[in-house]
Amino acid sequence: MEKATDKTQEQLELWCSAPGIEFVSKEAEEAYKKRTRRIVDAIQLKKPDRVPFVPMWEYFYARYANVSCYDVVYDIEIARRATRKTITELEPDAYQAPIFFGVGPLLDALDVKELRWPGHGIAPNMGHQFVEDDYMKADEYDTLLSDPSDFMLRRYLPRVCGNLKAFEALSPLRNLFAYWNFYPELAALGNPEVMEATHKLLEAGQASLNFITFLASFDKEMHALGFPCWHGGLAGAPFDGISDTLRGTRGMILDIYRQPEVVKEACERFVQLLLDMAIPAARINGVPIVFVPLHKGTAPSRDGKGGFLSLKQFEEFYWPTLKKVMLGLIDHGLVPDLLIEGDYTSRLEIIKDVPKGKCIYHFENVDIHKAKKILGDRVCIRGSVPLRLLALGAPQEVRDYCKELIDVLGEGGGFIMDASMASEDAKPENVRAMIEFTKEYGAYR
Amino acid sequence: MAEDLVKLISDLKEEEALKITKERLDKGDDPLKILEDSRSAMGIVGKRFASGEYFIPDLIYSGEILKEITEMVKPRLTKQVEVKRLGKVVLGTVAGDIHDIGLNMVDFMLDTNGFEVYNLGVDVPAQKLVEKIKESGAPIVGLSGFLTLAFDSMKKTVEAIKVAGLRDKVKIMIGGGQIDEEIRKYTGADAYGQDAMAAVTLARKWAGVK
Repeated sequence: MEKATDKTQEQLELWCSAPGIEFVSKEAEEAYKKRTRRIVDAIQLKKPDRVPFVPMWEYFYARYANVSCYDVVYDIEIARRATRKTITELEPDAYQAPIFFGVGPLLDALDVKELRWPGHGIAPNMGHQFVEDDYMKADEYDTLLSDPSDFMLRRYLPRVCGNLKAFEALSPLRNLFAYWNFYPELAALGNPEVMEATHKLLEAGQASLNFITFLASFDKEMHALGFPCWHGGLAGAPFDGISDTLRGTRGMILDIYRQPEVVKEACERFVQLLLDMAIPAARINGVPIVFVPLHKGTAPSRDGKGGFLSLKQFEEFYWPTLKKVMLGLIDHGLVPDLLIEGDYTSRLEIIKDVPKGKCIYHFENVDIHKAKKILGDRVCIRGSVPLRLLALGAPQEVRDYCKELIDVLGEGGGFIMDASMASEDAKPENVRAMIEFTKEYGAYR
Repeated sequence: MAEDLVKLISDLKEEEALKITKERLDKGDDPLKILEDSRSAMGIVGKRFASGEYFIPDLIYSGEILKEITEMVKPRLTKQVEVKRLGKVVLGTVAGDIHDIGLNMVDFMLDTNGFEVYNLGVDVPAQKLVEKIKESGAPIVGLSGFLTLAFDSMKKTVEAIKVAGLRDKVKIMIGGGQIDEEIRKYTGADAYGQDAMAAVTLARKWAGVK
C-alpha cells in the first residue's frame, strides 16, 4: 500500500481536479486538467508530457494587445480584453492574473507616494515603479512590533498615502475598549481633514472592490476556457518585507550593523504576518501556488561578489526566516514559487535545504549546470530566458537559448519554462518563439 | 593614531572610529588630516569590495561612518578643503527609470576615490545630460538603468550625446541590473560595469590614473 499522501500532494491533486469550475466545453476541461497535471508533475520532479510554459507577463499583456500601460491600469475593460487576447492566443499552461491592472483609481484615491505609475510620474506606456524610502525610522521597530495595525494606520499610511496624512491625528484603536473611552477617543474623526481622508479611504475601498471583482470574474472566464491561474497568494522574505517597504535598503543595511538583534526579531515576527496573508488567499483563490518574490538577499555575479548581502549575512539575516515562511506554506500544502532576482549561484548550497518536490525556484540568473546538479533532485526550477534576448534578440536566438535550458534544466523533468523576469518589453515574436519551441522541443518522449 | 582611524573605519568599527575622531579633534589635531585618513580608509574599503571581501552593506555602512566623521570635522575647518580631483564624471539614471540604489553607490565610490561627480539623479532626459556635459566639461559619463526600458533610453542618450557633437569628447559607461556586453553594444556605450568598483576602475583608466 502507498504511504498516506502528504498535504502538498493533496492540494495539488485538488487543484488538478478543478473543483467548481464550469467549463465551456469538454475540450476546455481536458485542456485545463492536462495543463495543471503537467505543472504538478514538474513541481513534484516527475517527467510531465512536456516542459510546462508559465509566463510572468505583467505589462506584456498590454504590449501584446497594443494598448498602453495607462489604459490597462485605468480601464478594467481594456485590461480584461488585453489580458484575454494574450492568453487565448498564446495559450500558456497557466497565466499570471493581471494583478497590476485596473488599480489606477485606487492609487489616485490614496495619492500613493511609494509608487509611480503610468500617467502619474511615469510615461503612459511604461509600467509602474516603486519609490523606496525609509518610511519607518530606525527607532520605530518597537512601535511596529507592539501593534502592527496601529503602526500601519497612524504612521505608515499617513506617510505613503498623501490623502491619508490626516490619520496621524487618530487615537490608537486599541483605546476603544469601553463605552466611556468612545467619548473622547473618536474626536479626531470629527476633524475635517480626517473626514476628508476617510472619504478618500472609502473611495479606495470601492476601487479595491472593483479590482478584486474584476480579477475574480476574469479568473472564472479563463478557468472556463481551460486556463489555470498561477498564483493563489503572495508572501515573501521577511527581510524584504521590512526593507523594501518600511526601512529601505540603506536603512535596513545600517540596522544589521547597529541593531542586528532587532532586525532578527522583526524578521521572526514577520513570518506569521506573511503566512496569515498568503494562506487564506491561496485557499480562497483555490490555487496552491504562492508567489514569493525575493529582493535583498541577492548578488549581481556568479561568485556572489558585490552582493546586496554577503553569504554570511544571507545565512544570518535573510535565509532563516525566509525558510520559515516556505515551511509554513508547505505545512499547509502550498507550493512556494520563489522569484529569485539577481544571481543566486553562490547561494545554491544554502537554499537547497528544503523538502523535496514542494518548491519552485524561478531564477533570473544562475549557472544552470550547477543549479540542476545541486537542486535538481530537490526543487522544480523555473526560468530563465534573459529579458535582453526577448526584448532585443531574434526568434532564432530565443529558440537556441530555450534549447539549452530544456537540455540542461529540463532533463528528467522538474523544469518550467519562463523568462528570467517579468517580460514587459519582450517582442511578441520572441515570446511566440519561446512558447512554440517549448511545446515542440520540450516534449518528453 | 592616524593608523588607528584608518584601520577602524576600514574595519567598520563605527563607535571606536567616532571616539578616536573626537579625541583627535579635542586635542587639536588638524581636521584636514582626519579627513585625509578617512579617505585612505575608504580606499581600503573599495579594494576590499573589489576583491570580494566586502559587500554592498559594508560599502553603505562605511559611507555612513564617513558621513558622521565629516559632520564632526566640519565645524573645525577653518578653510575650504582643497581636494585634488582626478576628473569629472556626469552621472544619471536614464529617462523613464527611477531606480537609484546603484546610481548612488557609483556616485559614492567615484567621489571617495577622488572624482568630482555631477549626479543628476533619476529619470534624466538625454538633453539634460548633454547640457551638463557641456557645462561641466566632464570627459566621463555614467548611465544607470535597472529596467529593460533603460536599453532604449540609454541608446537614445548616447545618440543625443553624439548629435550634440560630444561623442568623441566623452567616454560613456553603463551599468544596472540587466546590463551586459550585449546591451553595451546595443546602446553604443564604451563600457559596462558590473558594480560600483568597476565604475571606479573604468573612470581611473579613462582619466589616465595609474
